[in-house]
Amino acid sequence: MIGISHYLLVATALFAIGAFGVVAKRNAIAILMSIELMLNAVNINFVAIDRYLAPGGALGQLFAVFVIAVAAAEVSVGLALVISIYRQRRSVNLDDFNLLKW
Amino acid sequence: MPYGLLAPEIAVTSLGLVVLGVGLLSRPRPHPAVRVLAVSGLALVLCWVALTFTRQASFFGGVYQVDSFASFFRLLFLSAALLVLLMSGRYAARFGPRLAEWYAFLLFATAGMMVMAGSGDLIALYVGLELMTVSFYVLSGYLLADARSAEAGLKYLVLGALSSAVMLFGMSLVFATARSTVFTAIAAAVAAPAPSPPALLAGIALLAAGFAFKVAAVPFHMWAPDIYQGAPTPVTAYLAVASKAAAFAALLRVFLAALPGQLPDWQPVVALLAAVTIVAGNLIALAQTDVKRLLAYSSIAQAGYLLVGLSAANPYGLRGVLFYAMLYVFANVGAFAVLTLVEVDTGGTGLDSFNGLGQRAPMLAMVMTVCLLSLAGIPPLAGFAGKFYLFAGAVQAGYLWLAFVGLLMSMVSVYYYLSVAKAMYIGPAERTAPVTVPSPARLCLWVCLAATLAIGIYPGPLSALAQVSALLP
Repeated sequence: MIGISHYLLVATALFAIGAFGVVAKRNAIAILMSIELMLNAVNINFVAIDRYLAPGGALGQLFAVFVIAVAAAEVSVGLALVISIYRQRRSVNLDDFNLLKW
Repeated sequence: MPYGLLAPEIAVTSLGLVVLGVGLLSRPRPHPAVRVLAVSGLALVLCWVALTFTRQASFFGGVYQVDSFASFFRLLFLSAALLVLLMSGRYAARFGPRLAEWYAFLLFATAGMMVMAGSGDLIALYVGLELMTVSFYVLSGYLLADARSAEAGLKYLVLGALSSAVMLFGMSLVFATARSTVFTAIAAAVAAPAPSPPALLAGIALLAAGFAFKVAAVPFHMWAPDIYQGAPTPVTAYLAVASKAAAFAALLRVFLAALPGQLPDWQPVVALLAAVTIVAGNLIALAQTDVKRLLAYSSIAQAGYLLVGLSAANPYGLRGVLFYAMLYVFANVGAFAVLTLVEVDTGGTGLDSFNGLGQRAPMLAMVMTVCLLSLAGIPPLAGFAGKFYLFAGAVQAGYLWLAFVGLLMSMVSVYYYLSVAKAMYIGPAERTAPVTVPSPARLCLWVCLAATLAIGIYPGPLSALAQVSALLP
């Protein structure tokens, strides 16, 4: 029987994978994708908690919809910044961006 | 419901849209009316907030709160936005045809901050936070020709989105325990005297980490110096004062309105964060030779002082947080205004760009000195009164060691603040031509100087305002 704990475990694992990707990947696009993984882990959490622990309302689902919308805005700004930096440096590797002490 | 009380948020958002529209219609050169429109619109909204300060309302079942706490922070954000707009005139010419959008993003960020301060619900808080930070991602990378600016924008985006995700995961755990996202309902659901469940503790820890990142508290501060240095200087000024104050407003809302029952759990953590932030921020600032980077580390240290007030969690300390956040706006924007003018004039932000400023522009040098001494907390300037409230609150709450650390490090900070004054007054002057100061920037400088002196000499009115506005656990 699939229960709340399974969903939370999957979400936590996904979140950890995303966090690892942000830290370990050097490609800016891959980092943006890892951040998406983390945000989607949060969405699984919200929807599962809404379904199992707080049924009746739709607060968790509502939160997930907001997270999806905001994540879309964030990633579009992110890609715009990646394009802007690529035009100058011909690179999307974070290790090449060293004008500022990281 | 008195929707008139939501007028400031609606007005600032629509003002941003109008500015965007006017900018699009007057291509390729933005119409000069854009700036007048933005400044006068913000001034009108500021007057409206001041006039309706005493009116309070709760919207949509507590999801949005317009109380004196929200109004206090609205006043703070609007004053900061106005001062930044006034002082950025000559620097903003660098943005060329994209000037109108720059104003629009600044206004959207302000609207996001006001939503954060007024939020009574995790969803509203998150949306406000993202409206603010996404606007700042764009603003940080706004100098397309400057490689450092684009780099700052991308770094801010990666680290900002990471911290938002961490904070969201914390929110989901709080939601799992409390089964609600409205602060009052969360407070009621988790108020039981029993020890807090592990899920809630994990949620609080993740929330605290997310907020610590947003206020640039050590050890979550690594982003701040890089982004502050790379971003356009007026954006850095706004980022340092207003976005920090907004993060504090949200932090106070969450911890005092939603999680007051968990005070024993988070209080020592916040106290430790405050101590580490004050020590590290001030010590690293000692080694800086770039004034922009120096002010970045100084603003990290200032966040530490504000955290002292939260860790005290008593009326004295919490009043101190609001009081200090407000005077910090004037002192820091004043310092950044001088930095912006010097950067436009000399093309650099290093300590050597300030050499001989005392002879070239006595007024700039004086404002810079007064603002920096206020940040250091020298009486009779405003910073002294603010630190007095914060540290007195900590002593009352039994954190004597924290007040001691704060006092000691304030003394250390005098050294690096005075190193700027030393360059200005006794540094070797290579240039002798006076620095031209446009009249809007002059107005901004006078306001910052007058407010820093007035609050320091006569702190009563602002202190009373902060007292009625402070949230209590």
